Amino acid sequence: MAKLNLNRVPMPRQDPIVRGKNFKEVALGYGKEEAQKEANRCIQCPRHPCKGGCPVGVDIPEFIKALREDNMPEAARILKGKNSLPGICGRVCPQETQCENVCTLGKKGAPIAIGRLERYVADWERTNKGNVGSKGSASSQKTSPSSSKTGAKRVAVVGSGPAGLTAAADLAKLGYSVTIFEALHVAGGVLMYGIPEFRLPKEIVQAEVDYIKSLGAELKLDSVVGKIDTVDELLSNGYDAVFIGTGAGLPMFLDLPGENLCGIYSANEFLTRTVLMKGYLYPEYDTPVEIGKQVAIVGGGNVAMDAARCSLRLGADKVYVVYRRSEAEMPARREEIENAKEEGIIFKFLTNPLGFLANGHGWVNAMECIQMELGEPDKSGRCRPIPKEGSEFLLPVDTVIVALGNNPNPLIPKTSIGLETGKRGTITADEDTGKTKKPKVWAGGDIVTGAATVISAMGAGRKAAASIDKFLRGEDKSWI
Amino acid sequence: MYRILLREDLAPNIHRFKIDAPTIARKAEPGQFVIVRVDDKGERIPLTIADWDRDVGSITIVFNQVGKTTNKLAALKAGDSIENVAGPLGLPVAIENFGNVACVVGGYGAATILPIVRALKEAGNIVTSIIRAPSKETLFGEARLGEYSDKIMVVTGDTSNEYHGFVFEPLRELLKKEKFDLVITMAPTCVMRLVSLTTKPFKVKTIASLNPIMVDGTGMCGCCRVIIDGVTKFACVDGPVFDAQEVAWDMLMTRRCTYSGETSPELRYQCYKCAQW
Repeated sequence: MAKLNLNRVPMPRQDPIVRGKNFKEVALGYGKEEAQKEANRCIQCPRHPCKGGCPVGVDIPEFIKALREDNMPEAARILKGKNSLPGICGRVCPQETQCENVCTLGKKGAPIAIGRLERYVADWERTNKGNVGSKGSASSQKTSPSSSKTGAKRVAVVGSGPAGLTAAADLAKLGYSVTIFEALHVAGGVLMYGIPEFRLPKEIVQAEVDYIKSLGAELKLDSVVGKIDTVDELLSNGYDAVFIGTGAGLPMFLDLPGENLCGIYSANEFLTRTVLMKGYLYPEYDTPVEIGKQVAIVGGGNVAMDAARCSLRLGADKVYVVYRRSEAEMPARREEIENAKEEGIIFKFLTNPLGFLANGHGWVNAMECIQMELGEPDKSGRCRPIPKEGSEFLLPVDTVIVALGNNPNPLIPKTSIGLETGKRGTITADEDTGKTKKPKVWAGGDIVTGAATVISAMGAGRKAAASIDKFLRGEDKSWI
Repeated sequence: MYRILLREDLAPNIHRFKIDAPTIARKAEPGQFVIVRVDDKGERIPLTIADWDRDVGSITIVFNQVGKTTNKLAALKAGDSIENVAGPLGLPVAIENFGNVACVVGGYGAATILPIVRALKEAGNIVTSIIRAPSKETLFGEARLGEYSDKIMVVTGDTSNEYHGFVFEPLRELLKKEKFDLVITMAPTCVMRLVSLTTKPFKVKTIASLNPIMVDGTGMCGCCRVIIDGVTKFACVDGPVFDAQEVAWDMLMTRRCTYSGETSPELRYQCYKCAQW
């Protein structure tokens, strides 16, 4: 084996000045040589802690081994065996806190860039699908066992975000007759309406949705469960099990004076207009998105970074991220904060909004703010921000985007009999199986945990699929 | 894809489509709406479900040609298809036997209120409908509305009918003469606002079907937020029908104009830079 290389191969990215004006993907991905070089850094350690660090348990050392042996179909097959959405995960998973965080190499130097390699393999498979035939493709016989074993029992999957897609893929592979119900006009949930093109190209989401359809899952768009059939009606109309993966889609607002002025968006609305409806291509696409010259984003998570970077690309002159704690407490991924800084986003840390002023025509023209200082740590372990008396100031802005997070969508809990919910409207479900208090109903992802990550939702979808399989095979007759 | 089964032109620029949408037809209730996206580059717009046929599996929508999307819709004919129709969305209007009910309609409201009026009639209410159009040529819907109303008053902007001008005078006279238990209005936003001002001194419960801008229509974006009795609500999931006396009309009207410069090029619908059709 070659001498231990402690530095990872850098990922080529678009120049910050150039990318600030387009919606194309920022990170360009490894080429073959770079991927091989990075894969060769893996020491194939016997303990392979990376596998345990992955919420869906991808066989990481194995796919890396196949990759460096240049057996790409095999690398893709191994990867897809555990992860139905590798092109997505390779881009948006927080690998630095999961698989890469526990990588053995990390003790001496930089951990293996597992996410980048995952992306490379997924992208290779997508672009070479036509050439590899059944060997590594979606319709591989190995991954779709005959439906006779399961008697084609029917499972309804409500919501087509990461949790729903993963559950649907696993269940379809097991031979179940799966129907996915999606409220919007495209499948993908937050992958389609929330994460911008420059971080996750929609073509990739579409390809992974198509893969799941190729496994035999049926997709029903424009289908708002709870408004058409309720969960109870799905069960009485022939579905043997229902998985709920409806996510956290109810935007939180600040509840401050002037918050309903024109020019103030929830991050959900702003991103839905820009990303899902392709407002950045207006008027070729019909949905407008009004962006001002000076934009403030309130919040410090990944969604706030996405909103800030979209604002810049839509033509704003100055984009502020207003966050009440300091940089160290920001929940956004490090990489996204760095990307935003490089592009020229202005961070106003330790700043909290107090209200919004209008221009006389109902449009916002300033945000009143107050400076904060950090006090003792609170229940979350982060230092509590305390307002500094007399530090109020006006920030001139003509667009405000509120990115405080989302609560679970209440439609399903409200319309299903006997579904237990927690304090914030989350559905109560067993952590290991996804079983809810309602027989034959499973739930997973943000609807159970509150807003979290794509991969944790996928992990929940996978666990629920395994539990549904056990239940429908009659191996598990109990209910929690 | 959702096929258009029938197209009728009700008045200049106002059209009615019957659409093949069995899942929606099965569940539709009075006052609910659908989100329509005309084609794969289209925006999502809310339209009230103006009728349905559960046996045939169809729903009816009525719309006014005022901007890009409604112009695209108006270019379609029977046999063509609409890319996406999602619904039924929003809360149905709570129907009971209130007693004496007045329905005040204008614009496409003359057609979209039909399921509510019918349900009110079936529940045993005495229904008086006041319908208004700018002129004889633009009047429509009075015949079908009349079928489910005990009394119908037709108001036109010209002198072709018994009542002329706006709806507010005839409504005030009516409220002076009789005691009403409920007034319901479905009309352009400024008309609904003035209806609520007209009924206020009479202390009669007045409900209005609000029409803020929406995107997803399922409670996800908050674009349609309205203030009701001082509290922010999402019209798509908490409405769209609210107590008209509790609506913060200024805010609703301002927010409705967010994109008026871009999507409603038709100046004839605007009174001084306003797009409250």
